[in-house]
Amino acid sequence: MANVVGSSVCRTAEDEGKPADWVPGGEKQTVVDPMKMFHELPREMQFITGSEAARESMRRANIDIAIAYPITPQSESMQQAGYLYDEGFIKEYYRAEEEIGTFSAISGASRAGVRSLTATSGPGLMRGMEAISSWPGARTPIIMLNMCRVINTPLAIQPDNIEMSFMLNTGILMLHAENQQDFYDYPLAAIMASEQVDVTLPAVVSVDGFFCTHARGPVKVTPAEYKLPPRDGWRSAVPAMDNENPPARISRDAPIQKSNFISYHMHASWQQEVFAAVERSAKYFRDYLGGLVEVINPGADDFIIASGCAVSQAREAVRQEGEQGRTVGLVKVKTIRPFPVEEILDAVKDAKRILIPEFNQAGWLHKEVCSVLYGRCDAVIKDGPRVFGGMTMPTEMILEWLAEFRKEVK
Amino acid sequence: MSLENLHPSPVMKEFLPVEYRDLIEHGPYTNRNGSDKQTVKVTDMGKFKEVIEEHPMCAGCAMTLFIRLAYIGMPNPEHTIVVGTAGCGRLAISQASVPFIYGNYGDTNAVASGLKRGLEVRFPNQKKDVVVMAGDGGLIDIGFQGLMHSWFRKEKFTTIMLDNEVYGNTGGQESGMTNHGKVLKMAPRGKFGDKVDALGLAKVAGVDYVARLAPTNPARVARTVRRAIMVAREVGHSYIQAYTSCNIEYSIPTPDVMKDAFEIEKERYGFEEIISPLAKEYLDDVEKKAKKKKSDK
Ligand SMILES: Cc1ncc(C[n+]2csc(CCOP(=O)(O)OP(=O)(O)O)c2C)c(N)n1
Ligand code: SF4
Ligand SMILES: [Mg+2]
Repeated sequence: MANVVGSSVCRTAEDEGKPADWVPGGEKQTVVDPMKMFHELPREMQFITGSEAARESMRRANIDIAIAYPITPQSESMQQAGYLYDEGFIKEYYRAEEEIGTFSAISGASRAGVRSLTATSGPGLMRGMEAISSWPGARTPIIMLNMCRVINTPLAIQPDNIEMSFMLNTGILMLHAENQQDFYDYPLAAIMASEQVDVTLPAVVSVDGFFCTHARGPVKVTPAEYKLPPRDGWRSAVPAMDNENPPARISRDAPIQKSNFISYHMHASWQQEVFAAVERSAKYFRDYLGGLVEVINPGADDFIIASGCAVSQAREAVRQEGEQGRTVGLVKVKTIRPFPVEEILDAVKDAKRILIPEFNQAGWLHKEVCSVLYGRCDAVIKDGPRVFGGMTMPTEMILEWLAEFRKEVK
Repeated sequence: MSLENLHPSPVMKEFLPVEYRDLIEHGPYTNRNGSDKQTVKVTDMGKFKEVIEEHPMCAGCAMTLFIRLAYIGMPNPEHTIVVGTAGCGRLAISQASVPFIYGNYGDTNAVASGLKRGLEVRFPNQKKDVVVMAGDGGLIDIGFQGLMHSWFRKEKFTTIMLDNEVYGNTGGQESGMTNHGKVLKMAPRGKFGDKVDALGLAKVAGVDYVARLAPTNPARVARTVRRAIMVAREVGHSYIQAYTSCNIEYSIPTPDVMKDAFEIEKERYGFEEIISPLAKEYLDDVEKKAKKKKSDK
């Protein structure tokens, strides 16, 4: 632990070769109000990869501890986290033994009341799923970056966001970044939302691997001398496991272990509260991200609803349709959990046709949209187009599907 | 937690549950006469309020005796966090008035690694003791990888294996710590392979304090736990492997549980300590100081 004076877990910064008068980078930064950081600070344009955008986000996030295990395409970002640790922007950092170890350790760190970050990709996420799915019930604010990648056989390292579907019903806050800019902005917003007392939940910011992580794009960043306020370990829906509270039977789950009627009620009410907390996070994301959705051309007959990289492809399709004199609407879904039900309903209330392009085989966004629009909207909802296994989605594909759709549904 | 936090305001005192008042007035948290370590003694058991008193484990289970003794051995229970996992022990551990993290089966040493490092970041001026207490299966089978890597990384916490040589909580299946040839569930023809040499592994991994014992000598259990925690606080990792028989699955009549402990201890589970030179130097130092304090009085 290079940055903490008197620390004993690891060696001191001096032991690790830093000069005696070394000042960690984080200590030279100034804490700024999150709303000011998100909406008011001047921004400088950089042309950087998604992994570099993640690094710049982490630099400003006032992270106490980062733990990860390498996997393509995540490795690049977590190596960058290592450099940030070396520069003193992250206080503690290590490469864990594998992903169950990683995600268990990061839950231990969060329980200590410190801001805890990890990251992974497809197979790593699946390996750690038992640990991940127990984060929300443990009410551990954690920020995880997830660089989506194929999970199934035959093996591939290509982008495919099927893994996101496995987190939908866990009680985790889920954001889906469209591009490098989002991968800079969303983690900062997710950290602040996840640590609110009435939320106290983990948050995952997913991005489509390679398309975003390894490609450059324009990213407007706030000045590096400003950082988010630190996590306040005393403000939380459940106490941190720091033994700073008078003794009580404070195991969070003791009564649940007994197989009697109390256990059913305990578990049920606890889970209900977790999912209610997911909904309560919406107000923070509205403030931080300026809304849970972005809507283009409200009131159009034809709509595309998309998240992640598919939004960029859809944007281009909307533009080209516009050139042809046809107005196509677009809903960009920023938060998958909380799912913006009312915002989507409002945007598509007059639509006739809804197209849902996705970068996965299962069509999880299509299923989500259908389940909330059922009985509340007259539009026909089409499940596609879809690409997966690393394929790109040409704009022409969306345009063809739109043309076909108009023939099918008059 | 400052010990001051524990003292209820005088007007509130009468409204607090008697258990809480007992912890304050007759428990390990106070009456320290200025000592920075808990002063209750194993030999006074029964005369003071223990941080753990009730549990739903089987009558006569040796594991519960060991767990009670382990809590008495903790030098600073008010700054201790226990990490456990699925298995019989957690049924008692979760009833203690020391925070207990119950994660997923086998995750203890990973959780404790993150927890300890997080606590170091958040409380640079207050040592927090982290103690893993988990079953033989939880540590040597499903949690093996996490266990080994916490040892290799020299994480500064204590691991205590409650070794009943069986999966007690799931009804008596063989574990890696079961002896060769033992017939148990899922080993209908007798266990294949030897009991894992966890002590040997700990030694090879460079664990700074390693101890093996059976709960035959209560004062020794408490002292061993205290030593292990002190070493983890200042030097490196510490590991205690405790024989805590499962009287149910090994069909030991309840009145014979201690007889069995003495026999097994004599046969193959004798008290053993492996202490690194650094840990030895440190322990000599703190124990000498403690003795000096006493003789000064
Ligand atoms: C992931 C997972 N796998 C399996 C289990 C089932 N399980 C619960 S306790 C247990 C055995 C416990 O044995 P041990 O760790 O030796 O503790 P003991 O009960 O003997 O004290 C098992 C296999 C589980 N809870 N979680
Ligand atoms: S099953 Fe065995 S180890 Fe578990 S509580 Fe009963 S006697 Fe103890
Ligand atoms: Mg066992």
